[in-house]
Amino acid sequence: MKYYTYFPGCSSSDGGAKAYGSSALAVAKALDVELVELEDWNCCGSTPYTSVDELASLCTSARNLALAEKRGLDLVTPCSSCYVILSRTNSHLKEYPELRVKVGKALAAGDLEYHGTVRVRHLLDILVNDIGLDEIASRVKRDLSGLKVAPYYGCQVVRPGPSFDHPESPQSLDRLIESLGAEATPFPLKARCCGGSLIIPEEDVALGLVNKLLDSAVGGGAECIITVCPLCQTNLDVYQGRVNKKFKTHYKIPVLFFTQLVGLAMGMGIKELGIEKCIVSAEKILAGYIER
Amino acid sequence: MASVRSHESIELMTYSEVVEVSGYVGNFKVKIRKKPRYVDEDKCTGCGVCQEKCPFKADNEFDVGLGSRKAIFTPFPQAVPNIPVIDPDSCAYFLRNKCRACEKFCEAGAIDFEQTEKLVEVDVGSIIITTGFDSFDPSPIVQYGYGIYDNVYTGLQFERMSNASGPTGGKLQLRDGSQPKSVAILHCVGSRDTNYHEYCSRVCCMYSLKFSHIIREKIPDAEIYQFYIDLRCFGKGYEEFYNRLQEEGVNFIRGRAGEVTNVAETPEEKGKLIVLCEDTLIGRQRRIPVDMVVLSNALEPRADAGETAKLFSLSRTADGFFMERHPKLDPVATMTDGIFIAGCCQGPKDIPDTVAQASAAAARVLSMISKGEVEIEAATSIVDEELCSGCKTCLELCPYNAISFDEEKKLASINEALCKGCGTCAAACPSGAIVSKHFTTEQILSQVEGVLI
Repeated sequence: MKYYTYFPGCSSSDGGAKAYGSSALAVAKALDVELVELEDWNCCGSTPYTSVDELASLCTSARNLALAEKRGLDLVTPCSSCYVILSRTNSHLKEYPELRVKVGKALAAGDLEYHGTVRVRHLLDILVNDIGLDEIASRVKRDLSGLKVAPYYGCQVVRPGPSFDHPESPQSLDRLIESLGAEATPFPLKARCCGGSLIIPEEDVALGLVNKLLDSAVGGGAECIITVCPLCQTNLDVYQGRVNKKFKTHYKIPVLFFTQLVGLAMGMGIKELGIEKCIVSAEKILAGYIER
Repeated sequence: MASVRSHESIELMTYSEVVEVSGYVGNFKVKIRKKPRYVDEDKCTGCGVCQEKCPFKADNEFDVGLGSRKAIFTPFPQAVPNIPVIDPDSCAYFLRNKCRACEKFCEAGAIDFEQTEKLVEVDVGSIIITTGFDSFDPSPIVQYGYGIYDNVYTGLQFERMSNASGPTGGKLQLRDGSQPKSVAILHCVGSRDTNYHEYCSRVCCMYSLKFSHIIREKIPDAEIYQFYIDLRCFGKGYEEFYNRLQEEGVNFIRGRAGEVTNVAETPEEKGKLIVLCEDTLIGRQRRIPVDMVVLSNALEPRADAGETAKLFSLSRTADGFFMERHPKLDPVATMTDGIFIAGCCQGPKDIPDTVAQASAAAARVLSMISKGEVEIEAATSIVDEELCSGCKTCLELCPYNAISFDEEKKLASINEALCKGCGTCAAACPSGAIVSKHFTTEQILSQVEGVLI
């Protein structure tokens, strides 16, 4: 049994990516990983907030780290955005003493303090590097051979700075897909931006980016895409229709969370993993594998 | 090289490796391992029949993966000596005990499968190290696609391709055999980059310009793009060459290329490699589709520079190249008397600079030989045999390996030819047996007294 403090983030707990949170917890349980939700957690500090008021965003973020420090375990999040923001708060507080003082004051007002000892981890990192691909492969119950999956990392999970994988050509998700018995397709844009929150203020820009991603994934021969980030999933899945309309394309490629694919390989059902919640239906593609 | 080989006072030992060096200036003993070539050097006439008849092929290292060679081969036609070598890793006789075609066809009877390696010991007075450089492998910079896309080449590969005796006979071609209509040349790949090598490799700007000229000559209507940070055309006639290329219609884009991709965004880009960069002269992001990409990759220290340094007691600078005695005043000598360095093993440099440094090193050696004696430091350390307790503390500390231990007398002794008078041993000696001449304890104390009073 491995123990971690779990930071679901807003999307995976109660937002559009509820299925990500539930599938993550289900998979973790099946892999003997105990994710204990951080008590009284709040917003991670979020990317848009950072650009409006950086200090307030850092304080918000640091509160989570201070709470997590009490438990003394690694803080795990399934959301790439939370992962980047929490990690950056950590490194900013280490690097800039003046910020440490300001943030410290804000934390003290809530009877908290933070010493910078929490390690922030992404769930993908835990699965690939802590549990290990051999262990995961040994738990595979359903034959997924032949399923062509595009591994989509997005921009945040491997950037910025040193992370658990190569920033330009990450491999961990590719290896994970292979250990599940499926096939990872070539996907040159696998670490590119999905448009992120620009989908709201600058929809045209974001749709352009999503179009390129879908084109690259489909061009590589993928039947479905898996993501490690709620926002990436939303942009690629929910906005596929608008991309088709704008660029006169005909994409119909389901976009799953990586935990859903892991769960599927481990024998869990479509409902259990929330796969039916996808806008672009995945049932048809997966039907053959479920019956196997 | 050929005249070096035929010179009566020069003994050329190729396919050999230094394994041990002992002694000091004027008195070095060097152990050399002569690897077995499986060809008798005295009998071989260099006719080349064996290479024609050998039925087995392997990648030609000299062509950097672009061409093949036989299992018995000379790396390139002008190689000195013109005596082939058998590579046991690709020779059928060594692998499966079969074939021996070369032996059958060799009229001179020079093939000798029984050859074994030989250890030779030679006495030399001085040593010049010219081990050169390695070419930086750009595959870790995945965004440039070397090893991922077929038509991304390194500088050395392009050089081989453009060579008349190279794998394509001098024809510039893509992997499918067709002629490129546009070529991008990316500067500073692995150099001037904190992730790889911080230093400038010095030769890449000029060889990149030379490549442009070759392309222009061989494919007159080709579009050629140079992606550069700065063009460092520092040598004699270099700037003029740069100007000439501008007149030849080469496109110079100031901006380090960010990426090479095959993901097309427009119909014109389909099937091409697209170089993404920020053109800092017009202040815009650009996408430039080309057929071929050449990476002007860095020069880096030899992979085994560390072992070589240990073998010859050399120091290395932070970038891994061998350290000269003084960066400005003595760029040829090393901290060990009688050992000199020249060429790219000391740092990246072009041919004229290498020739100048090598000539300097040779001149330094010749002047030592003609003088017949060497000057040594006046302020060396000496061991007072009465006081030395034989504890061997000093042996490990001496940075010049100047101290040896007399096992019979159980005493340390210092070789004056090697000692540089640094005083480390004198300071460390627990029984006060070692003194630095002209820096004895009494002398230093009286100096201190003089200063204080």
